[in-house]
Amino acid sequence: MQIQSMHFKARAGQRLADVRLQNNLKKLSTKFVTGRASAITELDDFEGTRDAAIDMRMRAIENLDVWLDTFEKQATLRGATVLYAESAEDASRLVVEIARKHQVKKAIKSKSMVSEEMALNQALEAAGVQPIETDLGEYILQINGNEAPSHIIAPVVHKDKEEISDLFARVHKRPRLTDIPAMTREAREILRPQFLSADMGITGGNFIIAETGSVAIVTNEGNEGMCTILPPKVHVVVTGIEKVLPTLEDLATVMRLLPRSATGQSISNYFSLLTGPRAQGEQDGPEHMYFVLVDGGRTGLIGGEFQDMLRCIRCGACMNHCPVYQKIGGHSYGWVYPGPMGSVLTPAYVGIENALDLPQASTLCGECHVVCPVKIPLPDLMRKLREQQFAQELRPPLERLGLRAWAYFAQRPALYRLATKVGVRVMRIMGGRKKSISTLPFVSGWSDYRDMPAPSGKTFRELYKERK
Amino acid sequence: MRIGLFVTCLVDMMRPEIGFSALKLLESNGCEVVVPDLQTCCGQPGYNSGDRQSARALAEKFLHEFEDFEYVVIPSGSCGGMVKTHYSDLFADDPDLRMRMSKLEPRVFELTDFLATVLKISTLPPSSFKGHVTYHDSCCGLRELGVQAQPRALLGQLPDVQLTEMKDSTACCGFGGTFAIKYGNISSAIVDEKCTNIHDSGADAVVLGDLGCMLNIEGRLRRTGDDKTRVLHVAQVLAGDC
Repeated sequence: MQIQSMHFKARAGQRLADVRLQNNLKKLSTKFVTGRASAITELDDFEGTRDAAIDMRMRAIENLDVWLDTFEKQATLRGATVLYAESAEDASRLVVEIARKHQVKKAIKSKSMVSEEMALNQALEAAGVQPIETDLGEYILQINGNEAPSHIIAPVVHKDKEEISDLFARVHKRPRLTDIPAMTREAREILRPQFLSADMGITGGNFIIAETGSVAIVTNEGNEGMCTILPPKVHVVVTGIEKVLPTLEDLATVMRLLPRSATGQSISNYFSLLTGPRAQGEQDGPEHMYFVLVDGGRTGLIGGEFQDMLRCIRCGACMNHCPVYQKIGGHSYGWVYPGPMGSVLTPAYVGIENALDLPQASTLCGECHVVCPVKIPLPDLMRKLREQQFAQELRPPLERLGLRAWAYFAQRPALYRLATKVGVRVMRIMGGRKKSISTLPFVSGWSDYRDMPAPSGKTFRELYKERK
Repeated sequence: MRIGLFVTCLVDMMRPEIGFSALKLLESNGCEVVVPDLQTCCGQPGYNSGDRQSARALAEKFLHEFEDFEYVVIPSGSCGGMVKTHYSDLFADDPDLRMRMSKLEPRVFELTDFLATVLKISTLPPSSFKGHVTYHDSCCGLRELGVQAQPRALLGQLPDVQLTEMKDSTACCGFGGTFAIKYGNISSAIVDEKCTNIHDSGADAVVLGDLGCMLNIEGRLRRTGDDKTRVLHVAQVLAGDC
């Protein structure tokens, strides 16, 4: 996907002014935040499960080459083909080659954020293959001019029912429906023939299991089953190399956390564990099964300051609970992954200089760290990115100057005392009779929206000395 | 009990009266309080803006000035969080500083935590403050230091204070240090929700324990025409200085 993160401020500004979007984003807190809060109470030992999941994820990541090797052996043994792609573009190329090899005209897709990294639909279309999104949310986005998802698990969270009713009526050329089950039925009717006539199914993979060479796929609509079992002769799994789990036991542990953290469900409506293509004597499954495992910047994180990010299980809890995401929505972030996890992943995958606002646009309130099922220290990672920006002189000169000046004074108590003495007097005068400052030079970001209650005119230290 | 009071830069400049309320609360409970004269800033602005070098210099300065006290008390969750949870990271490459910090860290307390946990105050002298309040949890105090029950327990000891919880009291107010300046529009959208929740609680005053949230919430309330809802530091309410 083309990166737009440098336009963060403008995009966020538009979203703040969009009354309809502001209303739609309220679903996050009413649905996901409350849902998660009650779902996690079902586990006897939520904290213990989290710690166990961290151990498992880190065990896999610290020996990623070994586990990928095991996975490849097991998957191959069961008849699948495992391919590696260094970049997202390479991955798209591989999928296109597979489509060509099997003379694919139409590919049905279930939801995959990695395929967004790859801009896979564009690549397929360019190669004459028609990609059809079958996750309801992704389908809505596709028929709306290939709009980008705004959330990693709820891609159309930014839309309301009315918007989708209008879209369906326009694109499907049928009478406008407003009842959700009826709208869903209409989408099913449209998609059914597509499922039946497709040559290839493309899915993501929530996890891949080294022990068995399987892929685990979590969905709520069952469309994934239609993409992999029903008609297509080829199934291609595209996922990141970091999604490997050593054993099925590990998968069971992580699955206790994923749906609960994501949607507040104890378990998703559908959960598939797929191992190899259709074997002799089996009734269903594809004739050919491929894994395209994407690096796309992931190995660059191993062993470094951002390694913890690789254990992310893509539940979306960090964005659901983020006060900034809740106000500006996912499109403001300008690439595939929004919210706190995206603010760390985007600079890591596409270059720190291409996403300067992302790690800065956080209050560092810490809620993302609190709710992350695998306790990724997201605020610390964003702070580390800020350190890199500062060290590489990527921050505006005025900000640098301000910080350095503050630090210079704060390290020299006598000078600091004098400066603060003058400062509070100036602010008192600026406050006037209202005792409130409404315009502040250099920090209009504050005073455009807030008053600054004026100080009384003497510092604590002055008053303390006087009192003594 | 000899206590070093770190008043914090924002109290020093913007709200000196909060420093005196903290002083009064500690002294009236039998503490000998020293306010080291050379103290300035804990280094948080630099640390959160990526200027690690400056933050570390200020962390070392703090350590030097406060390590000899029996306890260090700070009337701010975020400065307390900075010292208690982030200084060790800044000293990561220096075993000597890290060791000194590990000795100091358990003796550093946010004000209400100190009053409730260390002094175990169970009866506060009647405060002259009377009224209906709601409590805003500051992010760092809550999530880095676990300050949540302490201020409420202390407020509960004041017979003339009625506490009503607002919706989402633990949600961020949108301050975030320099975030409030760099992304003023996003920050004000977040604080607007906080202001709505404060209003909906029906309280006459919002009480909190961090100057950043205080200036942000008060500044937004006043800008949007609310001149009535008071924004008070928990120390002021407990000491009856408001």
